[in-house]
Amino acid sequence: MPLLDVQSLVTEFPGAPGGPGNRAVNEVSFAVERGKVLGLVGESGSGKSVTGFSIMGLVDRPGRVTGGRILFDGQDLASLSGEEMRQLRGRRIAMVFQDPMMTLNPVLTIGTQMTEAITAHEKVSRAESRARARDALGQVGIPSPEERLSAYPHEFSGGMRQRVAIAIALLHNPDLIIADEPTTALDVTIQSQIISEFQRLAETHNTAVIWITHDLAIVSRLADDIAVMYSGRLVETGPVSDVLTDPRHPYTAGLIGSVPSQNTRGTRLRQIPGMTPSLGRLPSGCAFRTRCDRATEACATVPPPETHEGARGFRCIHPVHPELLTQ
Amino acid sequence: MTQTDAFTFDAPEEAEPMSPGQLMRRRALNHTGFLIGSGIIVTLALIAIFAPLIAPHDPFVQSLSSRMLPPVWDPAGSWDHLLGTDQNGRDYLSRLIYGTRVSISIGLGAATVGLLIGVTLGVVAGYFGGWVDHAVSFALTAQLALPGLLLAMALVFIIGPSIWVVIGIIGVLHWTYYLVVTRAATQRLRNLDFVAAATASGATPRQVIWHEILPNLIPQIIVIFTFELGIAILAEASLSFLGVGIQPPTPSWGLMIAEGKQAMFYRPWLVVLPGLSLFTLVIGANLMGDGLRDITAPEGRN
Repeated sequence: MPLLDVQSLVTEFPGAPGGPGNRAVNEVSFAVERGKVLGLVGESGSGKSVTGFSIMGLVDRPGRVTGGRILFDGQDLASLSGEEMRQLRGRRIAMVFQDPMMTLNPVLTIGTQMTEAITAHEKVSRAESRARARDALGQVGIPSPEERLSAYPHEFSGGMRQRVAIAIALLHNPDLIIADEPTTALDVTIQSQIISEFQRLAETHNTAVIWITHDLAIVSRLADDIAVMYSGRLVETGPVSDVLTDPRHPYTAGLIGSVPSQNTRGTRLRQIPGMTPSLGRLPSGCAFRTRCDRATEACATVPPPETHEGARGFRCIHPVHPELLTQ
Repeated sequence: MTQTDAFTFDAPEEAEPMSPGQLMRRRALNHTGFLIGSGIIVTLALIAIFAPLIAPHDPFVQSLSSRMLPPVWDPAGSWDHLLGTDQNGRDYLSRLIYGTRVSISIGLGAATVGLLIGVTLGVVAGYFGGWVDHAVSFALTAQLALPGLLLAMALVFIIGPSIWVVIGIIGVLHWTYYLVVTRAATQRLRNLDFVAAATASGATPRQVIWHEILPNLIPQIIVIFTFELGIAILAEASLSFLGVGIQPPTPSWGLMIAEGKQAMFYRPWLVVLPGLSLFTLVIGANLMGDGLRDITAPEGRN
């Protein structure tokens, strides 16, 4: 049984008055095993962050989860009370945010903030929670953690702040960490350190990780599985090694093609024409068809169903490399 | 609000970035209005605290033989009563000094009562939104529609005047400014990542309000408190002047103005001196509030 099993999740935001809601997350299904890293990839506005917040039960009003099930360790999260859900947050499911400059309270010391994260779930003495906070800082590679506990966020660099945020996420040894573009705001060397840090910690604690990003390079390095999202739907899922070397969906192929590499030096980068459509005005049928060079009239009729191929799945009726299809 | 410019002051760029505390200290020392205002407030507060040591006479002792004595600069004045005496022969300077106590303590008390009401409602409305927000907004509109001074007079008249009643009533009528500012600031704060991060790490709404929201509101609350201090002091003087505030023989500046107004054209100092004291204290509070606003939010868009 996977640790997290998301089944046909739908998260809606109200659309025009009287009209149907806008589905920021539309029939999304995926699963994450313990100790595995899932890379959730997509452009801005594709619904990948909303997916993360839906799992946490923290979708901003007026949006709400309107369909599907989220099974965490066999338990339907929708059946939990507000207090039970709060108990889960931080203790069993932790989250790391994108901008480390913004995720720490500027007017409280790091120690205070970490102590609070501990006492939100456990009744421990001040001294003990401070000791735990100090150990957690040391664990993510912050030098002289004892002194840093009494420092304020502005005294830390961006990379160090993200380490603090990760240390807070790790305080209760969560089963699942949802990392929402945690390295996007950092420079490449720090990015690399944070990723290694994450890999090491996820391995030692057997933690499942959902890594939300738009950076395929990070996914190829870190993740076991990949889920590609476009306009609220998962268009392709599967093991990272398969999907990135041999994509089925034209959108995935387009994303891979637009990553600069040694081989494409000197030539124009391929880019996907057009822009992500806004949720209120999605094209009929396949949402990607207006930007797709393989689109035919058949693509406009119904959203393509999911085709399974071993551990992989994709939603396209004109997949790339159709000659390799087994069905 | 798009750009918060942390470097508006003309200090040389230093290798070590200054902490917010250091920045504020520097801005405070360069702000003339703040220095004057806080100077006035500190001086008057010291006078209020040490009134028994400073006052040359007992402010309550009446003397029929020395009624209505003029101040020292009048040819008929004497050094024994620097600012003369009132119609009951009480030393006017001593009464003014003790009046500082009344004004400042009622001002502080009423501004605190207003703070507790306004900040509670503002934070709760801003954080929870929805029907809570609607209810609080209705209370705000209702409060703004009420004639404050008239209501205060009526309430004191019904309950009966005492220093605690005056503090309570002025406070209950002066919370709207706190509410408006803290509600807007809470709405802004609750959408920031660190509040989401706290919620994501399992913090309860109470923890979020106490640890994430309130500490970030402290600068705004201090600024409003200073302004409300001045407003509450004026309100007390108004009530006392009208006879429904502080009751004789307690020396209150408003009351002294009321007592002196019959003789205003012959002995103008009876009205001018408490009036000037009031003016100084309130302008001190306002200058300090203005300064604090500039110091804590130099963009001037609080």
